[in-house]
Amino acid sequence: MPGHFEPLPGGGAAVALDEVEISIIRSLAVQLLELIGPGPGGEASDDPLAELFAEGPSEPPTDPVLKRLFPDAYSGPGVEATSPEQAEQQRAYSSEFRRFTENDLRAGKRENALVVIRSLDSLAADGKGGAVLKLAPEESKQWLGSLNDLRLAIGSRLDVVDEEDTDLLYRLPDDDPRKPMVMAYLWLGGLQETLVETLMP
Amino acid sequence: MGRVTAPAPLETEKTESAEEVFAVPEPDVPWVTIVHNDPVNLMSYVAYVFQTYFGYSKDKATKLMMDVHHKGRAVVSSGTREEMERDVQAMHGYGLWATLQHDRN
Repeated sequence: MPGHFEPLPGGGAAVALDEVEISIIRSLAVQLLELIGPGPGGEASDDPLAELFAEGPSEPPTDPVLKRLFPDAYSGPGVEATSPEQAEQQRAYSSEFRRFTENDLRAGKRENALVVIRSLDSLAADGKGGAVLKLAPEESKQWLGSLNDLRLAIGSRLDVVDEEDTDLLYRLPDDDPRKPMVMAYLWLGGLQETLVETLMP
Repeated sequence: MGRVTAPAPLETEKTESAEEVFAVPEPDVPWVTIVHNDPVNLMSYVAYVFQTYFGYSKDKATKLMMDVHHKGRAVVSSGTREEMERDVQAMHGYGLWATLQHDRN
């Protein structure tokens, strides 16, 4: 069934994708990889130990997509500081958390996106430009994570900040410049929804 | 992400100061991990994450997910600060919007 993952007997999931769909997912995953970047300390290094102990950034990213993917750990809606001292402490804690976690988080998201790209690249063509993508159980989980990251990224770019924004997206006129991105966003949502179903414990 | 309160002094002049070092400065109040609502994450995905990461039952995971959806946030776990930082990092890995704070209840 196009645009829908189905469970495979014995675990894993499969979906039929046409040529255009394959190239859209691949291109979005590549863009996500480029955005996440190697990250500080992610440069190829001859010294694995130095890489292991490389600290992450202490400041939040400026790009709205990266900010959403790597949010502050100690401040958010409903946890506003009640004094300047508390705000300062939240900033200091968030910054320390970021130093110790952001590199690993970036690496995890990078790895998931790479799995998506590799599995698309290894697809055997069905002669009509499309193919059936078959994912092993572990790959399914990585795809699930990456589909979510892609939707978070597109959602950020489209300024989806509350439920009403999502409703508006459904009613965009055809000539709206955001329309293609919205179509991709909604389609990826369908893919993710059906992939979650195959993984539900 | 070990957060050792303070290194033990190399040369201890008085035992009192060593004891002070080990007197944990933070009160023994549990910390909580909070997941915030966001319009992008699918409800089924959020429930899936609560089931797989925390090992919660389908019912509990669904109830927490509905709390996030309707109330804007839900406490999904509680424990020490280190444990909650681990949970928040895991939630960020899954793409959920999570923060940690002292449990003020």
